[in-house]
Amino acid sequence: MKDAFGAPQSLLVLGGTSAIGLATARRLIARRTRTVLLAGRPSPALSAAAASLRPLGAQVRTVPFDALDTASHEERLGAVFAAGDVDLVLLAFGVLGDQARDESDPAAAVRVAQTNYTGAVSAGLVCAGALQAQGHGSLVVLSSVAAERARRADFIYGSSKAGLDVFAQGLGDALYGTGVHVMVVRPGPVRGGRAAEPFATTPEAVAGAIELGLRRRSETVWVPGALRVVGSALRHVPRPLFRRLPV
Amino acid sequence: MAVETRVLDDDCVPISGWARTSPTLARVRRPRGSAEVAAALRAGDPRGALARGLGRAYGDAAQNAGGTVLDMTGLTRILAFDAAAGLVVCEAGVSLHRLMTALLPRGFFLPVTPATRYVTAGGAVATDVHGGNHPGAGSFARHVVALDLLTPDGEVRTAVPGTPLFDATTGGLGLTGIVLTVTLRLLRVETSLLSVDTERVRDLDELMARLAGPPPRRDADGAPPPYEIARIDPLARGAAMGRSVLVRARHAPYEALPRRHRARRAPLAFRPVRLPAPPPYVPGGPLGRTVLGLAGEFRHRAGPRRSTGRLRPLSAVLHPFDALPHGNRLYGPEGFVPYRCAVPYGQEEALCRIVRRIAARRFPALPAVLTRFGEAGPGWLSYPLPGWSLGLDLPTGLPGLAAFLDALDEEVLGAGGRVQLAADSRVRPDAVAAMFPRLADFRALRAALDPGAVLRSDLSRRLAL
Ligand SMILES: Cc1cc2nc3c(=O)[nH]c(=O)nc-3n(C[C@H](O)[C@H](O)[C@H](O)COP(=O)(O)OP(=O)(O)OC[C@H]3O[C@@H](n4cnc5c(N)ncnc54)[C@H](O)[C@@H]3O)c2cc1C
Ligand SMILES: NC(=O)c1ccc[n+]([C@@H]2O[C@H](COP(=O)([O-])OP(=O)(O)OC[C@H]3O[C@@H](n4cnc5c(N)ncnc54)[C@H](OP(=O)(O)O)[C@@H]3O)[C@@H](O)[C@H]2O)c1
Repeated sequence: MKDAFGAPQSLLVLGGTSAIGLATARRLIARRTRTVLLAGRPSPALSAAAASLRPLGAQVRTVPFDALDTASHEERLGAVFAAGDVDLVLLAFGVLGDQARDESDPAAAVRVAQTNYTGAVSAGLVCAGALQAQGHGSLVVLSSVAAERARRADFIYGSSKAGLDVFAQGLGDALYGTGVHVMVVRPGPVRGGRAAEPFATTPEAVAGAIELGLRRRSETVWVPGALRVVGSALRHVPRPLFRRLPV
Repeated sequence: MAVETRVLDDDCVPISGWARTSPTLARVRRPRGSAEVAAALRAGDPRGALARGLGRAYGDAAQNAGGTVLDMTGLTRILAFDAAAGLVVCEAGVSLHRLMTALLPRGFFLPVTPATRYVTAGGAVATDVHGGNHPGAGSFARHVVALDLLTPDGEVRTAVPGTPLFDATTGGLGLTGIVLTVTLRLLRVETSLLSVDTERVRDLDELMARLAGPPPRRDADGAPPPYEIARIDPLARGAAMGRSVLVRARHAPYEALPRRHRARRAPLAFRPVRLPAPPPYVPGGPLGRTVLGLAGEFRHRAGPRRSTGRLRPLSAVLHPFDALPHGNRLYGPEGFVPYRCAVPYGQEEALCRIVRRIAARRFPALPAVLTRFGEAGPGWLSYPLPGWSLGLDLPTGLPGLAAFLDALDEEVLGAGGRVQLAADSRVRPDAVAAMFPRLADFRALRAALDPGAVLRSDLSRRLAL
């Protein structure tokens, strides 16, 4: 169960090696989290991620999960919930792709879309149903500022995140009043350590914003917070002008 | 394994405690009698069932996420009243307000009342409530003669004091069974007034000195035990740290009323004040530091330096918050976190450290309440222990509050104290066993009585009770 501050006792990270997912797990283990499930494609990196969390004082298990294999989601994730309540699901998987290559390789572009959007819709719905059945819990969905407005530099990724973002907002409204809380997180570019670009952030900062959003039961969180204003402003810039902006 | 999706219907509603943090969804049933309670329990919700009274428990004690919650407020009959013996038998859903309204005109009052009258008899048993008269009166359980309890196996058992079932149930947070009826011993009173002594106390040292004597017990002449409550201004700092108002009150006998006093004609009248409620949505933070600081300053200076023997309606003294219905809304949508801790006598150092830490943070909060506890009751998970009890409500959004309260828990644990489970929404689960030495017995009794875990609450899940 979550406590009065929204701190969960059990956490499921979809995309178990994600830098943001792990930073969030570390932060929440420092509060009340004692059970962590890292779902991802089995790899040494996934095992290493689990091993890195154990010394912090949580029971950590890995769960085989591939976002692209949507047919398996119901069974794989259902088994997780059948074993015990999950207070927080962090939907953290995603691929950035390579815009330049993907434009000339439709199959690669489809992989980006299927991972970020189709896979997330499938996993999100399965988790939402399970959370609803247990009557409590939060689903935190990692979207991106790129979802706010199409940019020349990353519109394949951006469109997949835009789809995910709208899906998550709608899911949040559908689940309003069911005891289940859906939170959309829109980070700027996330960089480990250095933050040279404007509005760049770090996995740790995103984790902090997630912890705060859980307490406030926020529906949308921007990281850094100032992006909320910038994002809304950019949305209204006329396209001829927007095309020329160095964003 | 596929996920079983629950079909939501109109009975499924989000429920939270009085502090309005962590709401969860439950299917609410409102039985009208014992038979309907039993039927609802037999229905066998896979996520269990739980009784709920008026929802005044602050945290998640009366919630059951994804399962069934039995709203007991439909069981409202007062079944028997014996004036000669001073006993009343009522159904569990009867509120203490209702009991007072019915019994005061007949010259009886409840021997123990929490700081709100809007709790049910069942909730008062299940949380083993205490009042400001604890040193003399003990907690609620001391006055319970018998309970009819629907246990998870579907049986109705009568639990009487001195049995493990009774000791587990009083303070047992609804996890041992559903209280159906309560037989309660009453307190005889001659008036509905209290004779109140108020003192302004300069700082914490003076307060501790004032309270250093033996706690007030039942007087030699058989008069009811007095109430004693200190309200500490949490915003006072420096030399004024711990400045407070100390209130001592006793039931006024009829003779004590002055000749011309209005109450001479209707000494047992009970007409508590009710103000209009705040609107359902209040944005966060009207209770800011400035407002509360000024209010605290005003309260302290406006109050008499010292007054004795003022006659006041008992509701105004004992249930000050009941005048404002839905007062919990003033904390805004994020709600608040109550902190209730007890530390044993002899650990005054720890108590002072806790007060000092709170004062140092200058939290925008209403006064902290300090009372003394007498002998502990039999309840295994009951809150009172012989010592001091400190209570304070804090807005959830204060920066660093979660970690700050964890640090207070460490002080409390180090002093051999505990927090009140009926108010809790945040304690570290592994601290609970140290705070409640009988927790192992409680768990064992539950395992034997309720092997299928029919009775469950969010609190029991969170703390593995
Ligand atoms: C303003 C305010 C002041 C307060 N002051 C005090 C105080 O001075 N001292 C004190 O001790 N407490 C105090 N409390 C706490 C409150 O008195 C208790 O939490 C009380 O139990 C609430 O009763 P309720 O009927 O609202 O029960 P709920 O909050 O609905 O339920 C509380 C618990 O009782 C169980 N329960 C309820 N009915 C039954 C039943 N029929 N059978 C079995 N279990 C049942 C529930 O499962 C739950 O675990 C205060 C609360 C408020 C809001
Ligand atoms: N990094 C940024 O600048 C940024 C900015 C805004 C938003 N976001 C979003 O935030 C989320 C987390 O970001 P991050 O930086 O923490 O990501 P990251 O470290 O790059 O990790 C991405 C995760 O997605 C997993 N993944 C990719 N394809 C998968 C698939 N088919 N099935 C299962 N898992 C798959 C990866 O698992 P493997 O280890 O198996 O590859 C990895 O765990 C992502 O959704 C990302 O789009 C990132």
